[in-house]
Amino acid sequence: MENPNLNYIKELSGGDVTFEESILSILKKEFPEELALFKKNYEEKNYDESANNVHKIKHKISILGMRKSLELASEFENELRTGKTTLHKDFLNVLNKIHVYLGC
Amino acid sequence: MNCIIIDDDATARLIISQLCNNSKQISVLEEFSSAIEAIKYLNSTDVDAIFLDIHMPSFSGFDFIKTLKSPPKIVLTTSDKNFALEAFEYDCVVDYLVKPITKERFEKSILKLTNIKDTKIITKVNPSKDESSFIYVSVDRRLVKINIPDIFFVEAKGDYISIKTAQKNYIVHSTLKKIEDKLPSSLFLRIHRSFIINISEIIDIEDNSVLIQKSVIPISRSNKSELMKRLNLL
Repeated sequence: MENPNLNYIKELSGGDVTFEESILSILKKEFPEELALFKKNYEEKNYDESANNVHKIKHKISILGMRKSLELASEFENELRTGKTTLHKDFLNVLNKIHVYLGC
Repeated sequence: MNCIIIDDDATARLIISQLCNNSKQISVLEEFSSAIEAIKYLNSTDVDAIFLDIHMPSFSGFDFIKTLKSPPKIVLTTSDKNFALEAFEYDCVVDYLVKPITKERFEKSILKLTNIKDTKIITKVNPSKDESSFIYVSVDRRLVKINIPDIFFVEAKGDYISIKTAQKNYIVHSTLKKIEDKLPSSLFLRIHRSFIINISEIIDIEDNSVLIQKSVIPISRSNKSELMKRLNLL
Protein backbone atom coordinates (compact mmCIF):
# COMPACT_ATOMS: atom_id res chain seq x y z
CA MET A 1 0.00 0.00 0.00
CA GLU A 2 1.19 3.53 -0.77
CA ASN A 3 2.51 5.73 2.00
CA PRO A 4 1.42 9.23 2.98
CA ASN A 5 3.77 11.97 1.80
CA LEU A 6 4.16 15.73 1.82
CA ASN A 7 4.73 16.19 -1.93
CA TYR A 8 1.47 18.04 -2.55
CA ILE A 9 1.87 20.29 0.50
CA LYS A 10 5.48 21.11 -0.47
CA GLU A 11 4.44 21.89 -4.03
CA LEU A 12 1.77 24.29 -2.86
CA SER A 13 3.95 25.92 -0.24
CA GLY A 14 6.76 26.88 -2.60
CA GLY A 15 8.98 26.99 0.48
CA ASP A 16 6.47 28.80 2.67
CA VAL A 17 7.23 27.04 5.95
CA THR A 18 4.41 28.80 7.80
CA PHE A 19 1.89 27.33 5.38
CA GLU A 20 3.41 23.84 5.74
CA GLU A 21 3.31 24.05 9.53
CA SER A 22 -0.23 25.39 9.54
CA ILE A 23 -1.61 22.64 7.36
CA LEU A 24 0.18 19.91 9.28
CA SER A 25 -1.09 21.36 12.52
CA ILE A 26 -4.69 21.25 11.24
CA LEU A 27 -4.22 17.69 9.96
CA LYS A 28 -2.86 16.56 13.33
CA LYS A 29 -5.72 18.21 15.17
CA GLU A 30 -8.64 17.26 12.92
CA PHE A 31 -7.68 13.80 11.71
CA PRO A 32 -8.01 12.01 15.09
CA GLU A 33 -11.35 13.75 15.69
CA GLU A 34 -12.69 12.72 12.28
CA LEU A 35 -11.35 9.20 12.70
CA ALA A 36 -13.08 8.82 16.07
CA LEU A 37 -16.33 10.18 14.65
CA PHE A 38 -16.17 7.78 11.72
CA LYS A 39 -15.54 4.80 14.00
CA LYS A 40 -18.40 5.77 16.30
CA ASN A 41 -20.91 6.20 13.46
CA TYR A 42 -19.75 3.02 11.79
CA GLU A 43 -20.06 0.97 14.98
CA GLU A 44 -23.58 2.34 15.43
CA LYS A 45 -24.31 1.26 11.83
CA ASN A 46 -25.12 4.87 10.96
CA TYR A 47 -23.76 4.35 7.46
CA ASP A 48 -25.07 7.56 5.94
CA GLU A 49 -23.32 9.65 8.54
CA SER A 50 -20.16 7.53 8.32
CA ALA A 51 -20.20 8.11 4.54
CA ASN A 52 -20.16 11.85 5.30
CA ASN A 53 -17.21 11.26 7.64
CA VAL A 54 -15.39 9.36 4.89
CA HIS A 55 -16.09 12.22 2.51
CA LYS A 56 -14.39 14.69 4.82
CA ILE A 57 -11.44 12.37 5.50
CA LYS A 58 -11.02 11.93 1.72
CA HIS A 59 -9.63 15.43 1.39
CA LYS A 60 -6.97 14.69 3.97
CA ILE A 61 -6.05 11.48 2.15
CA SER A 62 -5.65 13.48 -1.05
CA ILE A 63 -3.55 16.18 0.64
CA LEU A 64 -1.19 13.43 1.80
CA GLY A 65 -0.68 12.32 -1.79
CA MET A 66 -2.39 8.90 -1.50
CA ARG A 67 -4.08 8.64 -4.88
CA LYS A 68 -5.04 4.97 -4.78
CA SER A 69 -6.29 5.29 -1.24
CA LEU A 70 -8.37 8.26 -2.34
CA GLU A 71 -10.05 6.09 -4.96
CA LEU A 72 -10.65 3.40 -2.38
CA ALA A 73 -12.16 5.97 0.00
CA SER A 74 -14.48 7.24 -2.75
CA GLU A 75 -15.64 3.69 -3.46
CA PHE A 76 -16.15 3.06 0.23
CA GLU A 77 -18.13 6.29 0.61
CA ASN A 78 -20.45 5.25 -2.23
CA GLU A 79 -20.69 1.75 -0.82
CA LEU A 80 -21.69 3.04 2.61
CA ARG A 81 -24.45 5.13 1.09
CA THR A 82 -26.01 1.90 -0.18
CA GLY A 83 -25.52 0.16 3.18
CA LYS A 84 -22.61 -2.03 2.07
CA THR A 85 -19.35 -2.34 4.02
CA THR A 86 -17.03 -4.65 2.06
CA LEU A 87 -14.20 -2.06 1.89
CA HIS A 88 -14.25 -1.23 5.58
CA LYS A 89 -11.08 -3.16 6.47
CA ASP A 90 -9.09 -1.69 3.56
CA PHE A 91 -10.22 1.80 4.51
CA LEU A 92 -9.18 1.26 8.12
CA ASN A 93 -5.72 0.27 6.90
CA VAL A 94 -5.45 3.60 5.08
CA LEU A 95 -6.55 5.48 8.19
CA ASN A 96 -4.01 3.62 10.32
CA LYS A 97 -1.20 4.54 7.93
CA ILE A 98 -2.14 8.21 8.16
CA HIS A 99 -2.52 8.00 11.92
CA VAL A 100 0.99 6.62 12.30
CA TYR A 101 2.45 9.07 9.77
CA LEU A 102 0.99 12.13 11.48
CA GLY A 103 1.96 10.74 14.89
CA CYS A 104 -1.28 11.93 16.39
CA MET B 1 -10.30 40.83 -7.93
CA ASN B 2 -11.44 39.67 -4.50
CA CYS B 3 -13.09 36.52 -3.25
CA ILE B 4 -14.41 34.65 -0.26
CA ILE B 5 -13.89 30.97 0.52
CA ILE B 6 -16.69 28.77 1.86
CA ASP B 7 -15.67 25.29 2.98
CA ASP B 8 -16.35 23.37 6.16
CA ASP B 9 -12.86 21.84 5.95
CA ALA B 10 -10.14 24.02 7.46
CA THR B 11 -7.40 22.40 5.37
CA ALA B 12 -9.34 23.17 2.19
CA ARG B 13 -9.76 26.81 3.19
CA LEU B 14 -6.06 27.11 3.95
CA ILE B 15 -5.08 25.52 0.63
CA ILE B 16 -7.34 27.77 -1.45
CA SER B 17 -6.13 30.77 0.47
CA GLN B 18 -2.51 29.76 -0.24
CA LEU B 19 -3.32 29.28 -3.93
CA CYS B 20 -4.86 32.75 -4.04
CA ASN B 21 -1.79 34.24 -2.35
CA ASN B 22 0.45 32.50 -4.88
CA SER B 23 -1.58 33.73 -7.85
CA LYS B 24 -1.42 37.43 -6.85
CA GLN B 25 -4.45 38.11 -9.05
CA ILE B 26 -7.02 37.49 -6.39
CA SER B 27 -7.21 38.46 -2.74
CA VAL B 28 -9.18 36.65 -0.06
CA LEU B 29 -11.57 38.91 1.84
CA GLU B 30 -12.95 36.30 4.22
CA GLU B 31 -13.19 32.56 4.88
CA PHE B 32 -16.29 30.80 6.14
CA SER B 33 -16.79 27.30 7.50
CA SER B 34 -20.52 27.44 6.83
CA ALA B 35 -22.69 28.82 4.05
CA ILE B 36 -25.05 30.46 6.55
CA GLU B 37 -22.26 32.70 7.88
CA ALA B 38 -21.36 33.62 4.31
CA ILE B 39 -24.95 34.63 3.47
CA LYS B 40 -24.91 37.12 6.34
CA TYR B 41 -21.60 38.53 5.11
CA LEU B 42 -22.82 38.84 1.51
CA ASN B 43 -25.81 40.86 2.67
CA SER B 44 -23.47 43.70 3.50
CA THR B 45 -20.45 43.14 1.25
CA ASP B 46 -19.97 42.85 -2.51
CA VAL B 47 -17.51 40.22 -3.64
CA ASP B 48 -16.22 39.38 -7.12
CA ALA B 49 -15.95 35.63 -6.70
CA ILE B 50 -16.67 32.76 -4.34
CA PHE B 51 -14.78 29.49 -3.94
CA LEU B 52 -17.56 27.25 -2.74
CA ASP B 53 -17.46 23.69 -1.43
CA ILE B 54 -20.45 21.65 -2.59
CA HIS B 55 -20.50 19.02 0.12
CA MET B 56 -21.15 20.73 3.44
CA PRO B 57 -23.26 19.49 6.34
CA SER B 58 -26.86 20.75 6.60
CA PHE B 59 -26.54 23.41 3.85
CA SER B 60 -24.87 22.36 0.61
CA GLY B 61 -23.12 24.60 -1.88
CA PHE B 62 -26.06 24.24 -4.27
CA ASP B 63 -28.51 25.25 -1.51
CA PHE B 64 -26.33 28.30 -0.94
CA ILE B 65 -26.34 29.33 -4.62
CA LYS B 66 -30.14 29.15 -4.67
CA THR B 67 -30.34 31.76 -1.92
CA LEU B 68 -28.39 34.36 -3.91
CA LYS B 69 -30.44 36.82 -5.91
CA SER B 70 -27.51 38.25 -7.82
CA PRO B 71 -24.65 35.80 -7.39
CA PRO B 72 -21.05 36.71 -8.10
CA LYS B 73 -18.91 34.34 -10.12
CA ILE B 74 -18.61 31.01 -8.36
CA VAL B 75 -15.91 28.36 -8.54
CA LEU B 76 -17.13 25.10 -7.05
CA THR B 77 -14.65 23.00 -5.13
CA THR B 78 -15.34 19.37 -4.33
CA SER B 79 -13.82 15.95 -3.77
CA ASP B 80 -16.41 14.46 -6.15
CA LYS B 81 -16.44 14.53 -9.92
CA ASN B 82 -20.09 13.49 -9.94
CA PHE B 83 -21.59 16.95 -9.48
CA ALA B 84 -20.06 18.53 -12.59
CA LEU B 85 -23.21 18.29 -14.70
CA GLU B 86 -25.43 19.79 -12.03
CA ALA B 87 -22.85 22.49 -11.33
CA PHE B 88 -23.00 23.98 -14.80
CA GLU B 89 -26.78 24.30 -14.65
CA TYR B 90 -26.06 27.45 -12.68
CA ASP B 91 -25.03 30.39 -14.85
CA CYS B 92 -22.93 31.88 -12.08
CA VAL B 93 -20.70 28.80 -11.89
CA VAL B 94 -17.60 29.47 -13.97
CA ASP B 95 -15.46 26.51 -12.93
CA TYR B 96 -15.42 23.23 -11.07
CA LEU B 97 -12.29 22.25 -9.16
CA VAL B 98 -11.76 18.71 -7.95
CA LYS B 99 -9.68 18.39 -4.78
CA PRO B 100 -6.76 18.13 -4.33
CA ILE B 101 -6.46 21.35 -6.34
CA THR B 102 -3.15 21.71 -8.14
CA LYS B 103 -1.42 25.04 -8.79
CA GLU B 104 -1.78 24.62 -12.55
CA ARG B 105 -5.49 23.86 -12.40
CA PHE B 106 -6.08 26.74 -10.01
CA GLU B 107 -4.34 29.17 -12.37
CA LYS B 108 -6.69 28.08 -15.16
CA SER B 109 -9.58 28.82 -12.89
CA ILE B 110 -8.27 32.31 -12.13
CA LEU B 111 -7.96 32.88 -15.88
CA LYS B 112 -11.58 31.89 -16.33
CA LEU B 113 -12.61 34.24 -13.55
CA THR B 114 -10.67 37.19 -14.88
CA ASN B 115 -11.63 36.62 -18.51
CA ILE B 116 -15.30 37.03 -17.76
CA LYS B 117 -15.76 40.74 -18.11
CA ASP B 118 -18.75 41.36 -15.89
CA THR B 119 -18.23 41.51 -12.18
CA LYS B 120 -21.68 40.11 -11.68
CA ILE B 121 -23.42 37.39 -13.60
CA ILE B 122 -26.58 39.03 -14.78
CA THR B 123 -28.71 35.94 -15.13
CA LYS B 124 -30.82 35.26 -12.11
CA VAL B 125 -30.40 31.80 -10.63
CA ASN B 126 -33.98 31.75 -9.50
CA PRO B 127 -35.74 33.87 -12.05
CA SER B 128 -39.20 35.10 -11.40
CA LYS B 129 -41.92 32.77 -12.52
CA ASP B 130 -43.64 35.73 -14.12
CA GLU B 131 -43.72 34.65 -17.74
CA SER B 132 -43.42 38.25 -18.92
CA SER B 133 -39.76 38.34 -17.84
CA PHE B 134 -38.90 35.80 -20.52
CA ILE B 135 -39.25 35.36 -24.21
CA TYR B 136 -38.96 32.13 -26.10
CA VAL B 137 -37.18 32.20 -29.43
CA SER B 138 -36.81 29.54 -32.08
CA VAL B 139 -33.18 28.52 -32.56
CA ASP B 140 -32.28 25.43 -34.60
CA ARG B 141 -35.81 24.04 -34.24
CA ARG B 142 -35.69 24.45 -30.48
CA LEU B 143 -37.55 27.00 -28.41
CA VAL B 144 -34.97 28.68 -26.23
CA LYS B 145 -35.91 30.69 -23.18
CA ILE B 146 -34.20 34.08 -22.82
CA ASN B 147 -34.41 36.14 -19.67
CA ILE B 148 -35.39 39.60 -20.92
CA PRO B 149 -33.26 41.68 -18.51
CA ASP B 150 -30.23 39.70 -19.71
CA ILE B 151 -30.58 41.07 -23.24
CA PHE B 152 -27.99 43.76 -23.99
CA PHE B 153 -29.31 44.70 -27.39
CA VAL B 154 -31.01 43.35 -30.49
CA GLU B 155 -29.71 43.96 -33.98
CA ALA B 156 -31.54 43.52 -37.28
CA LYS B 157 -29.64 41.39 -39.77
CA GLY B 158 -31.63 41.01 -42.97
CA ASP B 159 -34.36 38.43 -42.38
CA TYR B 160 -32.88 37.68 -38.96
CA ILE B 161 -32.27 39.40 -35.68
CA SER B 162 -29.28 38.93 -33.43
CA ILE B 163 -30.11 38.93 -29.72
CA LYS B 164 -27.03 39.66 -27.67
CA THR B 165 -27.16 38.46 -24.04
CA ALA B 166 -24.67 37.94 -21.24
CA GLN B 167 -24.48 34.27 -22.15
CA LYS B 168 -24.47 34.22 -25.93
CA ASN B 169 -25.68 35.61 -29.23
CA TYR B 170 -28.94 34.17 -30.53
CA ILE B 171 -29.65 34.43 -34.26
CA VAL B 172 -33.38 34.22 -34.79
CA HIS B 173 -35.54 34.37 -37.91
CA SER B 174 -37.69 37.38 -36.99
CA THR B 175 -37.95 41.13 -37.29
CA LEU B 176 -36.98 43.98 -35.01
CA LYS B 177 -40.61 45.13 -34.95
CA LYS B 178 -41.82 41.76 -33.64
CA ILE B 179 -39.33 41.60 -30.80
CA GLU B 180 -39.83 45.29 -30.00
CA ASP B 181 -43.48 44.53 -29.28
CA LYS B 182 -42.43 41.78 -26.85
CA LEU B 183 -39.86 43.76 -24.91
CA PRO B 184 -40.85 46.10 -22.06
CA SER B 185 -40.62 49.71 -23.20
CA SER B 186 -39.50 50.71 -19.71
CA LEU B 187 -36.20 48.87 -20.30
CA PHE B 188 -35.72 48.81 -24.06
CA LEU B 189 -35.58 51.53 -26.68
CA ARG B 190 -35.12 51.51 -30.41
CA ILE B 191 -32.29 53.93 -31.07
CA HIS B 192 -31.65 53.09 -34.71
CA ARG B 193 -33.55 51.33 -37.48
CA SER B 194 -31.33 48.30 -36.87
CA PHE B 195 -30.94 48.38 -33.08
CA ILE B 196 -33.00 48.04 -29.93
CA ILE B 197 -30.98 48.47 -26.76
CA ASN B 198 -31.37 47.72 -23.09
CA ILE B 199 -31.06 51.21 -21.60
CA SER B 200 -29.77 49.91 -18.27
CA GLU B 201 -26.76 48.40 -20.05
CA ILE B 202 -25.43 51.63 -21.55
CA ILE B 203 -21.86 52.25 -20.45
CA ASP B 204 -21.43 55.60 -22.13
CA ILE B 205 -22.77 57.81 -24.90
CA GLU B 206 -20.60 59.73 -27.26
CA ASP B 207 -21.97 61.92 -30.05
CA ASN B 208 -24.18 59.59 -32.05
CA SER B 209 -23.32 56.22 -30.52
CA VAL B 210 -23.73 54.28 -27.31
CA LEU B 211 -21.36 51.74 -25.81
CA ILE B 212 -22.85 48.49 -24.51
CA GLN B 213 -20.43 45.77 -23.50
CA LYS B 214 -17.77 46.08 -26.20
CA SER B 215 -20.20 47.13 -28.91
CA VAL B 216 -20.54 50.64 -30.27
CA ILE B 217 -24.13 51.10 -31.44
CA PRO B 218 -25.25 54.00 -33.62
CA ILE B 219 -28.05 56.34 -32.56
CA SER B 220 -30.31 57.76 -35.25
CA ARG B 221 -30.72 61.50 -35.12
CA SER B 222 -34.48 61.06 -34.83
CA ASN B 223 -34.15 58.69 -31.83
CA LYS B 224 -31.55 60.60 -29.87
CA SER B 225 -33.90 63.01 -28.11
CA GLU B 226 -36.07 60.13 -26.85
CA LEU B 227 -32.96 58.36 -25.54
CA MET B 228 -31.78 61.49 -23.73
CA LYS B 229 -35.20 61.88 -22.13
CA ARG B 230 -35.02 58.34 -20.79
CA LEU B 231 -31.64 58.77 -19.16
CA ASN B 232 -31.28 59.75 -15.57
CA LEU B 233 -29.25 62.85 -16.39
CA LEU B 234 -27.66 64.97 -13.69
